Amino acid sequence: MTPRRPERSEAKSRDLFVHRQKMGPSAALGATVGRRSFLAGAITVVPFAAHATPDALAAAVKEVTGGSPVHEGKVKLDIPPLVENGNAVPLTVKVDSPMTPDDHVKAIHVFNEKNPQPHVFNAWLSPANGRALVSTRIKLADSQKVVAIAETSTGEFWSAHTDVIVTIAACVEDVT
Amino acid sequence: MANVLVSAPKTAKKGQVVEIKALIMHVMETGFRPGTNGRIIPRNIIQDFSATWNGREIFRMKMSPAIAANPFVSFSAVASESGTIAFRWSGDEGFLAEHQVAITVT
Repeated sequence: MTPRRPERSEAKSRDLFVHRQKMGPSAALGATVGRRSFLAGAITVVPFAAHATPDALAAAVKEVTGGSPVHEGKVKLDIPPLVENGNAVPLTVKVDSPMTPDDHVKAIHVFNEKNPQPHVFNAWLSPANGRALVSTRIKLADSQKVVAIAETSTGEFWSAHTDVIVTIAACVEDVT
Repeated sequence: MANVLVSAPKTAKKGQVVEIKALIMHVMETGFRPGTNGRIIPRNIIQDFSATWNGREIFRMKMSPAIAANPFVSFSAVASESGTIAFRWSGDEGFLAEHQVAITVT
């Protein structure tokens, strides 16, 4: 650092100091980031190229429904619209169903759009449940659409979807 | 033995719908995250969860890496008869945990 000259004003000197502070660490970083840490950084990026896309979501839904039409309604997907931490997002799926042996919800499937995989969970229910209700906590890697599909014993599929905004994503951060 | 926390009523009236909550300690490592050395940490999740009432299956769930760490599941069941509700979690790396609670139905 240049020794402070008497003719330099106080403010100017401070500017210089701040400038040096800014320069210092980054200059040091430039010198010490070796090939290894650069590669580690590059590897970090790779797995997230393989996101579940809307296409993958549609494919996963089709796998469950077998191409049957999916109706909107009857399903209530309860998930906060704005999520601070994507690592644990409370999610409740409730289906309007009498849950009798003749007419009950056989299964509830939940999918997402932008996690690395479209599947979240599949839950199988029966009249022994009394209510078609499942609650759990999920991870969300990005702001995205979450879809719940209910399969009834009469062979119908009902669905609900919600768009969720996530401020801190799951899966993406380093473990450090 | 994994740490398990289950919440279910000890007594219920016949035909009553009871809420059952099950929580288990597990990392639910997704298999998509790099560790400190830059290598991907292998997937380690619970894949299956099931609950039986006196041996009869009442709930089953297939989990994916998108289930949060320390999986929590809540569902309901109709109180049919006195006995035990048994829970079973199984997953990667030979993970297996079982838990039972007793319930009296009047």
